[in-house]
Amino acid sequence: MSDKVSNPTSTPTHTPASNAGSDAAGNSASNSASTAPYELVIGLEVHVQLATQSKLFCRCSTRFGAEPNTQTCPVCIGLPGALPVMNREAYQLALRTALALHCEIPAFTKWDRKNYYYPDLPKGYQISQFDLPMSRNGWLEIRDPKGEFAPKRVRITRAHLEEDAGKSMHDEVAGRADSRIDLNRTGTPLLEIVSEPDLRSPREAKAYLTELRLLLVYLGVSDCNMQEGSLRVDANVNLHIATPEGTIATPIVEVKNVNSFRAVERALAFEAERQYEAWLETGQRKGDVPKQTRGWDDQRQITYGQRHKEESSDYRYFPDPDLAPVTITVEQVERIRAGLGELPAATRTRLESDYQLPAYDADVIVNQESAFVAYYLAVADGCGDGKQAANWLTQEVLRLMNERNWTIGQFPVPASGLVELLAAVKSGKAPATRAKELFGAMVDGSLALDAAMERLGIAAVSSSEIESLCRQLLADNPRIVADVKSGKAQAAASLIGQAKKRNPNVNPNDVRATCLKLIEQM
Amino acid sequence: MGSVSTSATRLRDDLAAGRISSVEATRACLDRIHQVDGRVQAFLRVDAEGAMAAAADVDRRRSQGLPVGLLAGVPIALKDILCTRGQPTTCGSKMLERFVPPYDATVVRKLREADAVILGKVNLDEFAMGGSTENSAYFPTRNPWDLERVPGGSSGGSAACVAAEMAPWSIGTDTGGSIRQPAALCGITGLKPTYGRVSRFGLVAFASSLDQAGPMTHSAEDAALLLEAIAGHDPLDATSADVPAPRYTAELDKPLDGLRLGLVRDHYGAGLSSEVEAAVREAVRIFESLGARTVDISLPHSKYGIATYYVIAPCEASSNLARYDGVHFGYRTDEPSMLAELEAERRAALASSGDSARAEAAVAAIDSPLVRLYRRTRAEGFGPEVKRRVMLGTYALSAGYYDAYYLKALKVRRLIRNDYDAAFENVDLIIGPTTPAAAYRLGEKANDPLAMYLEDLYTVTANLAGVPGISIPCGSTAAGLPIGLQLQAPAFQESRLLRAAHRFQRVTDWHLRRPDLS
Repeated sequence: MSDKVSNPTSTPTHTPASNAGSDAAGNSASNSASTAPYELVIGLEVHVQLATQSKLFCRCSTRFGAEPNTQTCPVCIGLPGALPVMNREAYQLALRTALALHCEIPAFTKWDRKNYYYPDLPKGYQISQFDLPMSRNGWLEIRDPKGEFAPKRVRITRAHLEEDAGKSMHDEVAGRADSRIDLNRTGTPLLEIVSEPDLRSPREAKAYLTELRLLLVYLGVSDCNMQEGSLRVDANVNLHIATPEGTIATPIVEVKNVNSFRAVERALAFEAERQYEAWLETGQRKGDVPKQTRGWDDQRQITYGQRHKEESSDYRYFPDPDLAPVTITVEQVERIRAGLGELPAATRTRLESDYQLPAYDADVIVNQESAFVAYYLAVADGCGDGKQAANWLTQEVLRLMNERNWTIGQFPVPASGLVELLAAVKSGKAPATRAKELFGAMVDGSLALDAAMERLGIAAVSSSEIESLCRQLLADNPRIVADVKSGKAQAAASLIGQAKKRNPNVNPNDVRATCLKLIEQM
Repeated sequence: MGSVSTSATRLRDDLAAGRISSVEATRACLDRIHQVDGRVQAFLRVDAEGAMAAAADVDRRRSQGLPVGLLAGVPIALKDILCTRGQPTTCGSKMLERFVPPYDATVVRKLREADAVILGKVNLDEFAMGGSTENSAYFPTRNPWDLERVPGGSSGGSAACVAAEMAPWSIGTDTGGSIRQPAALCGITGLKPTYGRVSRFGLVAFASSLDQAGPMTHSAEDAALLLEAIAGHDPLDATSADVPAPRYTAELDKPLDGLRLGLVRDHYGAGLSSEVEAAVREAVRIFESLGARTVDISLPHSKYGIATYYVIAPCEASSNLARYDGVHFGYRTDEPSMLAELEAERRAALASSGDSARAEAAVAAIDSPLVRLYRRTRAEGFGPEVKRRVMLGTYALSAGYYDAYYLKALKVRRLIRNDYDAAFENVDLIIGPTTPAAAYRLGEKANDPLAMYLEDLYTVTANLAGVPGISIPCGSTAAGLPIGLQLQAPAFQESRLLRAAHRFQRVTDWHLRRPDLS
């Protein structure tokens, strides 16, 4: 069925800015050791649903998963006479994000109408931002702790606010098109973040998305739940192929409907090969054919051609006369900037410098939610050993969280509990060999250290108890006493095993030292 | 009937004093509608039952000594472009024939809160596009002064129902003169407030940056009272001005000493009928005799007003009317016949060519059901003037034309505003004709849209500049048709407009004349 209505998908995208074929950033790292005869050029457009209570231009709830068409009102379903009123909270969240992405914030921004017909767009236009977005010219640094690519700043072209469309559920039978439309999502605030074509590999693309999502979650501006569509990715991708006549750019392809970061990585890898083969076959360059849109088929792990936009869509953007332009002062911007808090990149640097963590550990910790970082900092500061704290968190705590599907907020042992355990091990109160076992007991029973020690029968052994135990051992083992006296001090080792059998809580070092002292006195 | 027909203000006072009940006043209006509206055809729907119930409720509360609103018990008619909860709101279009809004426009809500009695909804040009009310999808309204002539438009029903004494007053809307022009042609008073003075929430949009609702009354005194009831900031309309609305009625009699009236040289050129010119000059002389001083001024860019307006308004309209696509509400084409049509086209395409590739291409060229739904719905649901403006606007916003048309029009609009700003440095009000001529015959300009657009010559610039304007009766042609005088003021100076108009009406009787519909 031919559908010549523009905008073939429910993800409203434009945009004047992102163009994977334009000249890339100067910092194009030769990161890939691959011998591919081309350079992969990637720009990403990310749509993020902002975590506001209500929609961008009305007071309807944005909660996901409600019965279809129960979170709607005359404004968001575009009834005649209804008018939009901007949700200031959405603008604030967008500002936080834009500032964290090092964007410039113009003092003046406005709303534009993007006109196109589609059943899930009840007004016949989407309220978006065209030529004066609320932010532009930022960057996001990406790094790979394993060093697979050099650190780079990915330039952000712009980030702008717009309203989401509804959802169409198609049930198309030959000759008939039965569609159901859910307008609950219509009007939900989206922040569209457009990168420059600065990414050079699927791995970089994934790193960019991972870092972006982390930032958004740290800022609390979005839950970034991809299953619920809170974060959607479109990739613009083409190749720069070195030939004897110079570098050739292949036609730009926009890959849509990619539903996970892993899928983005795979789709881009697939596109790289597909486009190279297509170039070998057709020799087509950028500009020879219109920009193509392809979808990602996660089942078959391939991209597939979507219908060409027969002529490039003309959205007839113009300023929305129902909404006043938005102005902001330098003071207001600075107030928001000051309230951003420490962002992931700064936290990583701090963990490396102040806590002497290797980049890898710092990355693992920071890539969790910010509450995990707070937990780490409490443990590290409490025990005074950043590396020891990192080992416990990246090994034990994360393992248990993953096994039991907990967030750090749900973790039953508070940071103070772990600090207490580490201090007990250090002082000898708890045996180092049983520290993980003890931690396990604290976690399983939500127990404090003492209760866990009691549960496991681990008790502190007094020096008089050790002394009487050792006297008995020496009395029972005259031969070992003789060996030690004759200079074979290592013979005392077998006493330790026996001591542990009689009392599992004794510290081996204490037993050894006490035995040697008593033998000397004999 | 007496006090219903002369003045809404006096009717309100009579109601308050118990000299008449709201039920009696409302019944008088309904009787008059019954008696004359068959000829005038101002009303699209009369809500006799609802009006009588509302009237009885006001009477009951008043008799019990309970508090009642500012307009308690006074009947009113509404242009059918203002949403009324639970009552059809058609915009004079087949597209919204069965549309029943689940909410009241803010203007309507305020009227209800003031205890006005809503008689029904009155006719208009489809989606307020037109100047004669001939573009209504239902029927044309006639001018009560001469039933063969147009009442003006687009608020033709609002003007005619007041002129014919079917309602003491009404609400109209004005995008390019749609309150002032029909007021002039029907011999009543019509006020277009400053853009942002009255909420647009629930006013079905034609051109959002120009639309404004306002009072259509017999006198400036009535207009002050009605504006007082509907003006004010509305959090539901982001373009509504957060400027306190004064008590216009309390300011009516404030002195107007040394009033400086600007006479626009550009207004007295080709196209202005000599009868209108003479009446306006006489009105100016009356103002002078009342102590006003006249100053010659120029609005040099006003000659581009029509061109600018007929780019900006259609651009906005093309987007505002996109929602009428048959998907979510309003008219939808008959689907079985649409699908049958597509199937017939498919068969014809297949049969017309033996070559299978060509047949396939012919089939592929047929609309998808969705596209055909849009096409047929809009082709059937809109009338020719609406289509003309949607096409004009779509064209002017298209890639490659945007800069030359829309952007250029925005720049000229700025220049027109600057002209007004400059003029108001030297004068308090601008005075001139509302329209170039009195009411023309039905059908006379129906096939000449450009001639129709030129009717808006003197009115569109106030919308483009966002300033308020009022039309008041100031004379009569030899054929007995009313002539309108327009006064314009700086933004938010409605009070000054109303005071000047009121002063004029205290020494003239044009506003007291009524057509003979016996």
